[in-house]
Amino acid sequence: MYIIVVGGGQLGYHLARALLAESHEVLLIEKEAAPSQKLINELGSVAVRGDGCEASVLAKAGTSRADMLVAVTGDDEDNLVACQVAKHKFAVPRTIARVRNPRNESLFRKLGVDVTVSSTNLILEHIEHEMPSHPLMHLMVMHDRSLEIVEVTIPAGSASVGRKVKDLALPAETVLSLIVRPGQKPVIPGPDTILNAEDQIIAISPAESEEALRASLTGA
Amino acid sequence: MGCGRVGAQLANSLDAEGHDVTILDIDAYSFDRFLSPEFRGTALLGSGIDEDILRKAEIEKADAFIAVAHGDNRNVMACQMAKHTFRVPKVICRIYDPQRRDLYILLGIDAVSPTTLVAQMLREKLGA
Repeated sequence: MYIIVVGGGQLGYHLARALLAESHEVLLIEKEAAPSQKLINELGSVAVRGDGCEASVLAKAGTSRADMLVAVTGDDEDNLVACQVAKHKFAVPRTIARVRNPRNESLFRKLGVDVTVSSTNLILEHIEHEMPSHPLMHLMVMHDRSLEIVEVTIPAGSASVGRKVKDLALPAETVLSLIVRPGQKPVIPGPDTILNAEDQIIAISPAESEEALRASLTGA
Repeated sequence: MGCGRVGAQLANSLDAEGHDVTILDIDAYSFDRFLSPEFRGTALLGSGIDEDILRKAEIEKADAFIAVAHGDNRNVMACQMAKHTFRVPKVICRIYDPQRRDLYILLGIDAVSPTTLVAQMLREKLGA
């Protein structure tokens, strides 16, 4: 595959090296003079100096035959524009943007970036998995529908313990799809299913209702 | 968005004509430097590519959003937020790079390139 990496900081540099080691054809584009010279000295013709948001630079880089463009500069707006120029001017099939502000992820996807990577969200997911006591864990995000699948463990002191599903103040558009209990076959909850402490609940919810869902299941 | 010479002059004149104007900049000094002492609008410190700041500026109520900050990409991103997230009816973007301007016009952003305009004006002055 031919992969263009925009942004020659630590992330771009190590990414380019790893992709080269996997035998991909790689071009690393860096805007600033000093860092780009360092990259050219080390990587040779794999690195070039240029603004990866500029159509003329991308044209010279042969972007129209690229399979993928990865924008990993330190500025969200530059990563967005590099991906949009690649996508809309050069019809690059896959664009990936690094996102510093996690709230930009959904905007970037709406604007045509195929994949967004937020280190904040990635680290947060790891923290959730490392802390089994964390009451709400993200299992999957369905970006195109703005829905997430989450796992919520009912704490012993929660007001929802002993209550029926239909009596919970669940946010609209949220569905409890499965209850997992230790040593038992998972249960698909109905309106009259009673919640127990330590129940693991798999729920599907709009991202913006996450806090309300957490409150209705784990609130005291 | 952007209280440089262009942004401030525009804000001053719109304000003088009786429009309700909010101007954003990431540097408080630029408000002192460029806004007229008669400016009665709101000067808000913050980045126009931050959703929270745009909400604080009450962008949902805005009839128009104009981005003339330093940096084409920042302007382009802010205008796309204004158009697609906040549905502002009129969005205008300054983009220095003419090629980038052409692309964003195709993507539905009303964009102006001072580079092309000034080059044309200089040519006309030359009369050549």
